[in-house]
Amino acid sequence: MILLRLALKSLLSRAVTVSLTIFAIALSVALFLGVEKLRIGAKASFADTISGTDLIVGARSGGVQLLLYSVFRVGNATNNVTWQSYQDIAGRPEVDWIVPLSLGDSHKGFRVLGTTPAFFERYKYRGGRSVAFTQGAAFDDLFDAVVGADVAAALGYDLQDSIVVSHGVASFTDHYDKPFRISGILEKTGTPVDRTVFVSLEAIEAIHIDWQGGGRSQNTISADEVRQMQLTPKAVTAAMVGTTSRLKIFDLQRWINEYPQEPLLAILPGVALSELWSLIGVAETALIAVSVMVVITALLGMAAMIFSGLNERRREMALLRAIGARPWTILLLLTTEAALMSLTAVTLGIGLLYTGLWLARARIDAAFGLYIEITAPSPREWLVLGCVILAGIAISLLPAIRAYFLSLADGMQVKH
Amino acid sequence: MKAAIDLNDVAFTWQGRTQFTLTVPHLTVPEGEKLFLLGQSGSGKSTLLSLICGITQPQHGTIAVDGVDLSTLRPSARDRFRAERIGVIFQMFNLLPYASPLENILLQLSFAPARRKRLDTPQEEALRLTSALGLDRDLVLNAQTTELSIGQQQRVAAARALIGRPKLIVADEPTSSLDANSQDAFLDLLMQQCDEAGATLLMVSHDARLAQSFDRRLDLADIARTERRVA
Repeated sequence: MILLRLALKSLLSRAVTVSLTIFAIALSVALFLGVEKLRIGAKASFADTISGTDLIVGARSGGVQLLLYSVFRVGNATNNVTWQSYQDIAGRPEVDWIVPLSLGDSHKGFRVLGTTPAFFERYKYRGGRSVAFTQGAAFDDLFDAVVGADVAAALGYDLQDSIVVSHGVASFTDHYDKPFRISGILEKTGTPVDRTVFVSLEAIEAIHIDWQGGGRSQNTISADEVRQMQLTPKAVTAAMVGTTSRLKIFDLQRWINEYPQEPLLAILPGVALSELWSLIGVAETALIAVSVMVVITALLGMAAMIFSGLNERRREMALLRAIGARPWTILLLLTTEAALMSLTAVTLGIGLLYTGLWLARARIDAAFGLYIEITAPSPREWLVLGCVILAGIAISLLPAIRAYFLSLADGMQVKH
Repeated sequence: MKAAIDLNDVAFTWQGRTQFTLTVPHLTVPEGEKLFLLGQSGSGKSTLLSLICGITQPQHGTIAVDGVDLSTLRPSARDRFRAERIGVIFQMFNLLPYASPLENILLQLSFAPARRKRLDTPQEEALRLTSALGLDRDLVLNAQTTELSIGQQQRVAAARALIGRPKLIVADEPTSSLDANSQDAFLDLLMQQCDEAGATLLMVSHDARLAQSFDRRLDLADIARTERRVA
């Protein structure tokens, strides 16, 4: 087709401006697709923060609140779950396993979680992956601690280092008399596990054994003495529960929520996670809006480029008219040029995105724990890409229609 | 004999910042004639050529080219008519700079399927014409249009106007950018090819010296009146 060849040749003759324009659109397309991939990756990573756990149990409050303090270690529990209630739940026939979570203390800004070694087997993320140790192992001794990847990296910890836990989340009182020894360091997961210091449930009891009502009592008990004592906790903050069968989840949930001795709440982590995501999902809309505006800006740049070229191309238009081209042909020539530029830009943009993803994926996973899957563009993304090309053609109609009327007015020779 | 061009009682007004009116009571160019039209700049020669080519339409009167009254054609049919029956040569900017010389010649045919049908191998015909007009085959095939001298560009333009044997060649100051020697050589070759193709040649120029070899010479001032008025 002659028009296509002419458009192509004309574009090639203006290689510098044309390729800059194409590159601008390609970058904007890559940005848009990148944001889309990141958004989906972030959403999936978020939804995969905890998996394999059927119910999370805590004192009665809101579902999102329970999720926030038990899984994300944000905020505090209003109440604890008594050890008696915990034992009652653990004794239910529907329960396959139960892992206690005891929160309240911190270490240099990181939360300390008292739990059992079973946590490291039961806590799953990203579709069933287990938490693995890069060094060492789970706690064995009473004063062993396991640290998450961010904790180890931020504070420069190695195995056998000695650490002291502070009382509360923002206090200056330390449990200096009962230091811990780091027995294990976890690999990066991209979940709150990275920012947590793990100790045994008994250790939480042990460091508070000589405390009363938020202060140290007069009769201190040394670290060696405490080893001989009975360290059954009086309460836990929350618990992760796995059921014997998926069908039993709702029975157990109802039983816990109706537990008469104490007001308790059992939530399905997936449901609470999606509730929480809908709260922070406003940010994703903002991200999309910004990247759409970048695409529009790049397309406007192309329209400006075509407009600015019109005047010097008036002689070319007049010549085409003289040898028999219709004014429509002139309009079509300009829109074909825009369509070719948009198409090239979109193709280049896709190329840029996948090259970028391929290069940066491992780094993003390591740095942010954000796992981005390299998948073909989704139907929604193809639709957007098609819209970019159509928008490019539509926006080029402005200069093209101007060229149409110019060529009608100029006739065979450009009037000066 | 049928007239190649026949204008009767034509009046055209161009309404811009100034109002410009061109009136041509009568002009007939017989088929096969080589007519030299002498016109100073501003004499309305470009307007007259636009009218003959059917790019602009007169408000009054009739213009017939090759026996067809242009006013009876729809705009798109007029564009097609021009592509099929007329070859145009300008003073300058005759070629698309981004297409090769050969592509520029063949471009005419893509707007004129009937002209194309007359040729077995359009490319060979283009090369025959350019070589008859004194251009190197290698130059036409391999050079960039922008590398050509003005004289070479005018020859390529002439080949484009002539390819597929149109009835009428319209030339608007085709030699004004050439030096005196090249002017005569170019005109000789152009006329020779017009003869061979059996085409009518209408050439407009301000240079009366070029009129010698034409069949007839007219002064635009004698056949047309122009009027300018500040609106």
